[in-house]
Amino acid sequence: MAERYNPSELVVLLGTPNAESSRLYALTVTEGDPSWAGALAGVSLGLPVYHVLEEPVKSQVAPEVYEEQVALMEMVLEAGEITHAVQDVRASTGPRA
Amino acid sequence: MQLQGKKVIALGERDGVQGSAIAECARSAGAEVVLETTYCFV
Repeated sequence: MAERYNPSELVVLLGTPNAESSRLYALTVTEGDPSWAGALAGVSLGLPVYHVLEEPVKSQVAPEVYEEQVALMEMVLEAGEITHAVQDVRASTGPRA
Repeated sequence: MQLQGKKVIALGERDGVQGSAIAECARSAGAEVVLETTYCFV
C-alpha cells in the first residue's frame, strides 16, 4: 500500500487498545517493525500515523459519526496514554503531514 | 494534519476500535479509505 501511493497522500489511523500496542503499530509504519519479527522489520515507511482517539482526528470527524462509531470505546480506553504513545513516536520520527 | 483528500489506512483491533469504525470516521472527514482491517490477537 505504501508503495502504491505517495506517502504524502497517506495517513495511518490506529484503533489499538492500549499505549504499548499503539507504540508498536506506530513504530512499525514509521521506522519499521521494532520487534524485527514481521515483514516490515527494517523497512522505514515513514507514514504519518495517528490514533483515532487523538484530538486532531476527532476534530475532523462528523460528531454524529464519532459518537456512533468510537464514543463507547473512547470511554473505556486510556486515551491519554494512547495519545502520548503515538505522539512520542511522531516526535521521534520527525515531522509528518 | 488534514484528513480531507487523504488516503487512509485504517488499522483497527478487536479489543480497541475496529477498522470499520475508523473507516467510517475517516470517510466522514473527507478521506478515502484504501485499506481497512481489524486485527485480533486472541
